[in-house]
Amino acid sequence: MYQVDDEIAVRDTRCIRCGHRLTFGRRGAIARVVGLAMTSAILMGLAMFLPFLNLTSGRNTVSASLVEVVGGFADGLMVPLAFAVFGFILVLPLTRFVLLIFALGPVAAARPAFPGAALALRWAIVLKPWAMAEVFMIGVAVALIKLSGLATIGMGSAFWVLCAVVLITAYQETFMCRHTLWTELNSARA
Amino acid sequence: MDRAEQRARLITARDAGRVGCRSCGLVAPLGQRRCTRCGAALQSRDTQSLQKVWAWWMAGLITYIPANIYPMLRSTELFRTTESTIVGGVVDLIHYGDYAVAAIVFVASIVIPIGKFGAIAWLALILGRPHAQDTHRLHRVYEVVEFIGRWSMIDVFVVAILSALVQFETFATINPGIAAISFAVSVIFTMLSAQSFDSRLIWDRLKEGTPA
Repeated sequence: MYQVDDEIAVRDTRCIRCGHRLTFGRRGAIARVVGLAMTSAILMGLAMFLPFLNLTSGRNTVSASLVEVVGGFADGLMVPLAFAVFGFILVLPLTRFVLLIFALGPVAAARPAFPGAALALRWAIVLKPWAMAEVFMIGVAVALIKLSGLATIGMGSAFWVLCAVVLITAYQETFMCRHTLWTELNSARA
Repeated sequence: MDRAEQRARLITARDAGRVGCRSCGLVAPLGQRRCTRCGAALQSRDTQSLQKVWAWWMAGLITYIPANIYPMLRSTELFRTTESTIVGGVVDLIHYGDYAVAAIVFVASIVIPIGKFGAIAWLALILGRPHAQDTHRLHRVYEVVEFIGRWSMIDVFVVAILSALVQFETFATINPGIAAISFAVSVIFTMLSAQSFDSRLIWDRLKEGTPA
């Protein structure tokens, strides 16, 4: 149990027993989290429909967007698998960005928080391990190498956009200091 | 004051008759049902934690068996259908000389899942009764297991992308096999198993007199 004073909270602190990071020592965390979440959400929206990969074999070139890639094998037994993949790589990451914007956006703009903001922030944290866009990108890389003998594959614009989303999200996580987010959200509610 | 001394002086919320919120970190009086700040359910210790861990663990292990026996991919090339399992896929990659990719798939779909089953079972067995283990090491294992689980999904995504791309071809098609679903389900179950651990048990079950 720790008493975190304002003075200590601006530094990086850890629990002496388990090493859990109590505070990250980041100033302006809320504004950055909201800003980066907005950027990611917009990019994610773009990435869904722009061409993701182009496949050339012989004279034929086909390009597939992410939605087509995932929807492509959605028949019969594989429908649940398609839903799961769609959820892990698009729906859940996007949901997290929207929840973060909803919960912290008003706080960043110095307005009273929306009702349900605490619930939204809590779920954004709970969903973190289930948003797997970065795991998916490694999967794409492996698939490309597997297919390299069969056809020529080019990365579409959505591929690079999704790479950017993954990097921005990783950067955003470095500002997800629970102490700062919860204390500021709480004072915006009162 | 050195670290050992600091640790000895540490008062946990439970010692002080309080309960810490696992979601936002706020401390509340023992017996309060919900956190006033974030609304999460409060529980000083999850008494059913290990039962949940074992239940998800077994579900994960059961679904991991068909994931290895049945084909992950069925590819059809000019009326000839070949099926490959997880291990078969790795062997193929080695055969084509893609050692780096073979290593990634091998680690993500074989080493990590099996290592996870072992590590979770090891932790759950130790935490089932008073122990004299190094708490630091137990906690490290717990954190690694929780962090690494999601990376096993790589192979499922590979199968998804392969089948989606290749079906635009006229002569060849690749379809996900039933193992892709069982593997995905198995990864989800083991992630839930790792999340069910109440990591505070590591310190609760220490035998008297063992340094924390």
